Amino acid sequence: MIDREAYFSKRHPIAFPIWQRAVIGIAGAGGLGSIVASSLARAGIGKLIIADFDTVSLENLNRQQFTLQQIGEAKVHALASNIAGFNPFIAIEPHLVKVTPANIDALFGGCDIMIEAFDDADQKEMLIHKWMENYPAKPIIGASGISGYGNNESISIHRYDKLYIVGDLQSKLEDGISPIATRVAIIANMQANLALELLAPHNQEGNDNG
Amino acid sequence: MIMDRPSFIVNGHKLPWQEGLVVRDALTMMTYTFKMLVIKVNGKLVKKGDYDSTPIPLNAEVEVIHLISGG
Repeated sequence: MIDREAYFSKRHPIAFPIWQRAVIGIAGAGGLGSIVASSLARAGIGKLIIADFDTVSLENLNRQQFTLQQIGEAKVHALASNIAGFNPFIAIEPHLVKVTPANIDALFGGCDIMIEAFDDADQKEMLIHKWMENYPAKPIIGASGISGYGNNESISIHRYDKLYIVGDLQSKLEDGISPIATRVAIIANMQANLALELLAPHNQEGNDNG
Repeated sequence: MIMDRPSFIVNGHKLPWQEGLVVRDALTMMTYTFKMLVIKVNGKLVKKGDYDSTPIPLNAEVEVIHLISGG
């Protein structure tokens, strides 16, 4: 039995309690989503709601946080299982379902922050539009322009009120070439890192970068 | 002094403005080809079905965000 206090030692005194109370939605459990979820779980977010309809395939392993043994499993269940392997105290709500305008409220209505981690641009557009219509006061963090390798300096966070887009806003997928692990991971972790910061802004009294 | 011609801004680029312009015209003027977009006019989200009917006011600031596949 893992001791809760021991597990959550050396945490930020102000930010961590805020993260523990937070609920973050992750739409998509692929390249972006599997990394966003893992990092947020390690950082100490209290609850993650993750939705994806897909199963793990061999070609996913070039960038997604799954194993050979998990091929054929639902991504949301494989991801929940992987996270349970290093954090026994987080609440994970996996939904094996395609996100549609009709189920966004039921799936993610209780989230403090939404993270768009889809592959397809039409799904990205659908979620971002619907979220901004339904929850104009709640942040949504998307990704656009993640393909290729290198070009670290081209990646940034583009802010439009409560909508944040991480990426270079330009790089298109080339036919037959997946996004590459390094760049996907950078962008996913920028999404996750931004979510932590939005929950516990640095300008709060007594909170700093330490 | 010459008066500035009527204009509006798309993603930081100044474009000539005229009465009757709608969001779709701005996309055409910028030769944007991406289909999946988030568009804001003066900070307000334009719904997907409203690109042909949403007018662009004089001096408007239009933000067009391309959503590119990959994840």
